[in-house]
Amino acid sequence: MAFLEMTDLSSGYGELQILWGVSLALERGQLTALVGSNGAGKTTLLRTIMGLTRPWHGRITFDDRDVTRLAAHAKADRGLILVPEGRQLFTSMSVYENLEMGAFTRRAVNSLKRNLERVYDLFPRLKERSSQKAGTLSGGEQQMLAVARGLMAEPQILMFDELSLGLAPVLVMSLFQVLRRLKSEGLTMLLVEQNVQLALAVSDYAYVLSEGRIGIQGKAAAVRQMDQVRQAYLGM
Amino acid sequence: MTAQPAQGEIILSIQKISKRFGGLQALCDVTFDLPKGQILGLIGPNGAGKTTLFNAVNGVYPPEEGRIIFRNTDITGWQPYSVARLGLARTHQVVRPLNELTVLENVMAGACFGHEQRSLGQARGIAGEVLAFVELAARHDAPAGSLNVAQKKRLELARALAARPYLLLLDEVLAGLNPKEIDEMIQVVRQIREQGITILIIEHVMHALMTVSDRVIVLDYGEQIAEGTPAEVANNPRVIEAYLGDPALAERMMESD
Repeated sequence: MAFLEMTDLSSGYGELQILWGVSLALERGQLTALVGSNGAGKTTLLRTIMGLTRPWHGRITFDDRDVTRLAAHAKADRGLILVPEGRQLFTSMSVYENLEMGAFTRRAVNSLKRNLERVYDLFPRLKERSSQKAGTLSGGEQQMLAVARGLMAEPQILMFDELSLGLAPVLVMSLFQVLRRLKSEGLTMLLVEQNVQLALAVSDYAYVLSEGRIGIQGKAAAVRQMDQVRQAYLGM
Repeated sequence: MTAQPAQGEIILSIQKISKRFGGLQALCDVTFDLPKGQILGLIGPNGAGKTTLFNAVNGVYPPEEGRIIFRNTDITGWQPYSVARLGLARTHQVVRPLNELTVLENVMAGACFGHEQRSLGQARGIAGEVLAFVELAARHDAPAGSLNVAQKKRLELARALAARPYLLLLDEVLAGLNPKEIDEMIQVVRQIREQGITILIIEHVMHALMTVSDRVIVLDYGEQIAEGTPAEVANNPRVIEAYLGDPALAERMMESD
């Protein structure tokens, strides 16, 4: 059984249905990409996995347990961690304090020191700036901090919402190198990305969401070659 | 596809318009002509400047540079209500009906702000016709706030149509609709064009937009990067890159093993 599995999931906001029977599986140790055009439902899917948006229908299992109705904090405690779109840092707190905040889960609080060394090793820049206020970092450094904060929670599965958005290509490259390193260390990840080319270049498996449904899925290398991806974005 | 006069009369001409918000160049030298009777689709990734272009055309945010000619009149810098009086109506992405008024009263309000001066009695008559056209007549007496999403979208459209516009700007009328409602709304858009109304449409539901548009313009970071038939635009490498990302960067990523 997959590490995280979502079966026939529907959800939305108020009377507005966004997801229409989505099924998706994250295999242990794999980097899975979820791409799709504006308004396809990518963020809603992440929110529903996390428990920030209630599923209307369907089932989510994580590590062989049914977590469909579990609250977001309980999911975080089990190691399901989201790096949200727009970073959502504590901007008036220092880099170090932000990392400390990441280690709030029961599973991570005792290994704060070890995890801190790990993220400083991954992002030496954050170590240099550990006492600086997060709000004064550059956009790229802020995104590094958001990823590092996610890692401080000692994730079993780390999910990213729009990792490359608004960043210069050179910063995007270095962040994606970190993803590859995390993958080689065996971390399971879900990457939601507007840059389809890049997402498909680094991931093992990919799903294309359009209008709230999974239209295309397959090994990332195969999906890269499919003209249907272009069609899903451009309508013909 | 409906046959269109190739060299028809130009109802809207956008001439090198630019708009800046602080350091953000929201629109840069956007230029195109919209012939009467056409449906012109406007697409582009998030933040491309689509709604800003609508706001520039109907006078909400006048452009800093360039000219907007509507029905042979230079309307650059005009107030939105003056532009409306000349026969341009729009719908909004986020619909905000007058919730306490009835559906009929909302549409009557729309009928009072077009290019023809209407009495309340005339406005009521037009509102009734338009509500029948968008199939909301059965709810004419309901408070607008009680409508569901699909009905509110139809009300927004009815309000714009009640002004009897020559040009209609549609901003994401399909957002939030289910597939069946999308198909129905596309039919409504086609019927509006058959009544002789020219349409400029922004839409994220791409297959719908590509089906309904005669021609498509693509914006990316405020720049007009492509223009053509739906098929031309969907196969244009620059458009594909704007939507899917730079293939060269992905190649570099893969080679950096």
